[in-house]
Amino acid sequence: MHETKQNRLSGRLPLRRRLFENGMRAIIWLCAGLATLLVVLLIGYILFRGVPSITWELLTSQESYLKNTIGILPSILNTLYIIVAALAIVLPLGVGAAVYLTEYAKNPRLVRAIEFTTETLAGIPSIIYGLVGMMFFCQLLGLGTSLLAGALTLVIMILPTIVRTTQESLKTVPENYREGALGLGATKWTMIRTIILPCSIDGIVTGCILAIGRIVGESAALLFTAGLGLKLLGGFFSAMGGSGATLSVALYVYAMERGKFDIAFAVAAVLMVIVLIVNFAAKMLARRLKKRS
Amino acid sequence: MKAKQFVERLMNALFFLCGVLAIASVALIAVYMIVSGIPAIHEIGLLDFLTGEVWASTAAEPKFGILPFILTSVYGTAAATLIGVPVGLLTAVFLAKIAPRHVADKIRPAIDLLAGIPSVVYGLVGVSVLVPLIAQVFGLPKGTSLLAAILVLSVMILPSIVSVSETALAAVPPEYEEASLALGATHIETIFKVSIPAARSGIAAGVVLGIGRAIGEAMAVMMVAGNVANMPALFDSVTFLTTAISKEMSYASGLQRQALFSIALVLFLFIMLINVVLGFLLKRGGRKEK
Repeated sequence: MHETKQNRLSGRLPLRRRLFENGMRAIIWLCAGLATLLVVLLIGYILFRGVPSITWELLTSQESYLKNTIGILPSILNTLYIIVAALAIVLPLGVGAAVYLTEYAKNPRLVRAIEFTTETLAGIPSIIYGLVGMMFFCQLLGLGTSLLAGALTLVIMILPTIVRTTQESLKTVPENYREGALGLGATKWTMIRTIILPCSIDGIVTGCILAIGRIVGESAALLFTAGLGLKLLGGFFSAMGGSGATLSVALYVYAMERGKFDIAFAVAAVLMVIVLIVNFAAKMLARRLKKRS
Repeated sequence: MKAKQFVERLMNALFFLCGVLAIASVALIAVYMIVSGIPAIHEIGLLDFLTGEVWASTAAEPKFGILPFILTSVYGTAAATLIGVPVGLLTAVFLAKIAPRHVADKIRPAIDLLAGIPSVVYGLVGVSVLVPLIAQVFGLPKGTSLLAAILVLSVMILPSIVSVSETALAAVPPEYEEASLALGATHIETIFKVSIPAARSGIAAGVVLGIGRAIGEAMAVMMVAGNVANMPALFDSVTFLTTAISKEMSYASGLQRQALFSIALVLFLFIMLINVVLGFLLKRGGRKEK
């Protein structure tokens, strides 16, 4: 309604203003159209090039010159292992930090310092995480180039995501829940364990999903910490000590070091599917969270 | 009762430790960057390091000048911003002020999706579509160039610019816009003369966030820029600060390796500077909203 009135008005405007009005409107539509088209083309192209190369054999075997097979199973497993390890470490730490910030911290200067550093962590490029991870976890702590070192590097990287989303959902827990629990004689930790954390589980799960998205897409930070290996590493605990590539790193290796673009695109298509699922899940949860608050 | 008190104290301490972990991590990163970055700069000389135009780390008489990398990063980021900001800002305007709600609700998640695509995937599409295209259109022997990197980066920074700018535009008090409309300005004139100026610190924050993304991006750029240590030129193969590190890290040793850490220190300082600017802009925006 508002729009049509505007259009009627602009018919009576002087030429220069009319030109500006219509010209800018066209340019805005053009830009938005361009951005949308870009997304559609990009995703369409990746799926178009990648999906035909995805076969059952590719997903369930490893590269072998003897059997002449090519497979990305090792990278899929490595990705899963790194996700599990990183989340297992970052969850208690990140949720703990968020609980401290919203429930315990009294010193506003300390809170501001923690929040500032968390934001700073979010802005540091992943290549720098990779370097520091390499120096600290691989060399100083003697972990070598291994999935564990990669997972620990990612822990620092995704800490801000977990802290922020948990904090946001802790803030939606109504104040009178806290007062009620404390009024019934619960200690602070009992209150947090039985009331606050169960109430904010949505936000914590959202944080995990976003973190998974970040881990799946990460490559620069893992290049020097988790390595480039494409061989199967065995079970979870033996894999933690071995060096192996996640899907993103494997994509890089296949495309740039081996020139096997078909496989690289197949990996890209797998990654895109994961990204789509992660995005969708995060959106759904965020909507649920919003409805509740 | 005593056990309970003990648990309380323990949990308090544990939560405190978790909270301080973020500070410890940033301190760790900063200390490592400085400690490992200083020696090579000291040996090479700050001026030679920053303004030397030749990087020949593996030559018999190695030269460590990182001016090509710095300039490439600065030019590449600036050009990507020049392309990404108008498109991103106008898309944000479209989403916040022009699009019907059901259209905006479909386009917004699509653009958010851009932020989730892994950078190696951008690199892959860049190297298999964009690079051959550039080679063909401009008649170059190889398409890996600064131009390819700029185009890839400008797409990669779009989502941060769009989402932050849209939030800022949506937060402009409707009274401002209504007043402008009541004075006879058209819808579009109101957007450009009232809404955008009113949201400028939020928009600036989005732009700075995008700049941070672009300057820190490594893998996508490594795949399309060619990685030769040339002084930046649009159609030449170039090396960014990030790619200078990742290209040689796997085999570097001695002074060369230390010099790579020094490059990381320079990159780190750039990012810190951008972070400070970003924090300042966000704070200013937040204060105005109140």
